[in-house]
Amino acid sequence: MILSRRQVLAAAAFAPLAIAGCTRRARSELEFWAMGAEAEKMPELLADVRRAGLPPVRIQPLPWSAAHEKLLTAFAGGSLPDLGQIGNSWIAELAAIDAIEPVPAELTRLVDGQFPGVVETNRIDGRLMALPWYVDTRLQFYRRDLFERAGFASPPDRWDSWKAALHAVQANNGGGGFAILLPINEYEHLTQMALSAGASLLNADGTRGAFRAAEFRTALAFYKSLFDEKLAPIAGAAQISNVWNEFARGYFAVYPSGPWTIGDMKSRLPAQLQHSWATAPFPGPAGPGRSTPGGSSLVVYKSTRNAGAAWRLIMQLVAPAGQQRLQELTGDLPPTRNVWASSGLLSDPITEAFALQLERTSPLPKVPEWERIATEMQTVAELFVRGRMNIDEAVTEMDKRADRLLEKRRWMLSRRRAA
Amino acid sequence: MRLSQTGQEARAGWVMTGPALAAIGLFFVIPALASLLLSFTDFDIYSLADLRNLRFIGLENYARLIGNPLFWQAMANTMWFVIIGVPLLVAVSLLAALLVNAKTLRWRPVWRVALFAPFVTTLVATAVVWNYLLHTRYGLINYALGKIGVAPVDWLGNPRTALPAILLFVTWKTFGYNMVIFLAALQTVPKDLEDAARVDGANFWMRFRHVTLPAIAPTILLVSILTVAGMFQLFAEPYVMTQGGPAGATVTVLYFMFDEGFKWWNLGSGSAVAFILFLCILVVTLVQLRVARKAGAI
Repeated sequence: MILSRRQVLAAAAFAPLAIAGCTRRARSELEFWAMGAEAEKMPELLADVRRAGLPPVRIQPLPWSAAHEKLLTAFAGGSLPDLGQIGNSWIAELAAIDAIEPVPAELTRLVDGQFPGVVETNRIDGRLMALPWYVDTRLQFYRRDLFERAGFASPPDRWDSWKAALHAVQANNGGGGFAILLPINEYEHLTQMALSAGASLLNADGTRGAFRAAEFRTALAFYKSLFDEKLAPIAGAAQISNVWNEFARGYFAVYPSGPWTIGDMKSRLPAQLQHSWATAPFPGPAGPGRSTPGGSSLVVYKSTRNAGAAWRLIMQLVAPAGQQRLQELTGDLPPTRNVWASSGLLSDPITEAFALQLERTSPLPKVPEWERIATEMQTVAELFVRGRMNIDEAVTEMDKRADRLLEKRRWMLSRRRAA
Repeated sequence: MRLSQTGQEARAGWVMTGPALAAIGLFFVIPALASLLLSFTDFDIYSLADLRNLRFIGLENYARLIGNPLFWQAMANTMWFVIIGVPLLVAVSLLAALLVNAKTLRWRPVWRVALFAPFVTTLVATAVVWNYLLHTRYGLINYALGKIGVAPVDWLGNPRTALPAILLFVTWKTFGYNMVIFLAALQTVPKDLEDAARVDGANFWMRFRHVTLPAIAPTILLVSILTVAGMFQLFAEPYVMTQGGPAGATVTVLYFMFDEGFKWWNLGSGSAVAFILFLCILVVTLVQLRVARKAGAI
């Protein structure tokens, strides 16, 4: 057959369409977007937990660093998958833009026996929007040897005695170093102290900042005092070039972080220090402090054509057996308390402290603007710590910036109320 | 007869330029106007979910940008790239072109390919390699500096050195393209002028200054305009190598725009940044043209 030039041109013009057509997924497949270590272990996990009768699953791994952008771009382009893993802090945003399905009533019993702060994070306007898959939270990693040398078995759980212990640790540590590392560019530390003091950060319907509240002022003043009393260096994370070296050298004795740090501590600290570090829950103004609930949840996207099968797959992944298998494969902490006992996490003092902290978490404000507000809060907090403004100016400025970022939300809510 | 001929010529002209004009209109003029309109709105993630959440807010996006210190830091970083990077790139590529144009150089095609190769390699792959070269403890660059007694530099982790490190990478990556343009221009420099200057006793520097440079002046202008546009639009290099850090030291205007648009999903504000960037490039290019006209390059 001899092709005319016109036929060749037409074929060339339509070839991309034909190729695009081929990449549309087969209707019977479930597409699943997962991140990081979980995506890597998904094939193994599915081989163990996927029951007969469910359609085959196609895994699309995303890097954590680009996942949030990717999800929003996919929403804009109408190409979200059937189901996927999301960071718990994104649930409010995805619910606000109506991208995810609420959890069906018959599956809500799966959160019975889970840590309350995490479940609360996944509830938007009273509806459960996502099922927790694994959990994490921050607590304090500390040098047990340095605390023991200063006369403390572990960090005390009240702010005043905790700070006294930090002073003692620093005094016993031969000068030159600090007691705690609170990188000045990270908002998590101040947020944690504010939650411990009982601050709500935003008002009840999330339309204005509540940084002028007495609880937040208490936390902000305590935060600054750690820098003023030279217990923490005024430095960003980038200026501490190697956290592990410095922790091993005793440049600081307390390092607030999450479960992802356990592996780093085991692999990066020298062998002789392996019995000298431990974990403890955060202190609070008058007793144990609170932390932020983190981790990932599983959601079904609104655009799916196969919601029933997607929820059945999620049910198997978040059931206790699925949680336990995930824990074995990745080391992730399970959201259900019973699984902690059955997988031996409670007999290890390092992970047991996480269970204690997870019982005491408070959800962050559930508005899509929160991350940006927290970034602004920290920018102002840094100016305050460096002495460029007093506490009244600082909290007023934080409220001003939060109110500006929430202006659109106020407008939308008032319009919805009027309608 | 004459009239109809002109009419025919005009028609032929329109037919020939038509496809190109249509493409420019469809893929450049219309999107540019649309983004100008977008920059007067508060288009964000809420509007994406429901278009009724869109409001016209006039110049507020621009006013907020002017009050945003991170925007000014991004501007300063970009200006640094333009002011230091453009002369550096033009000089390096001209030097390379002189080298591969030299009659005395053996294996000239090999040199040309070797120096052009970085330009055609994948940016992300080379950025990963450069991340290793610049690594504080295992990097080749710090190893070489160590040999001459310089303490290791945390190239990409220190706010002061991150920008120069990225400029080094950008220079290495893009000079090959400019070199080829310069090479083409150098080959048009009349041989007899060169010979006449040689007979008059001009040394290499005098021949370069008074024969070669005036002959390639329009090309230098072209290359510098292209480089200015390229430097204003740096994005992928900091995105791959530093993610804008440390402490925002490598956030460029385009990176800032990307964050506004696709990290925070404020497409209205992102479009405003795009328009400011467009105006900056336009102004700098007009200034360049004016300077060149005064200097007689065009």
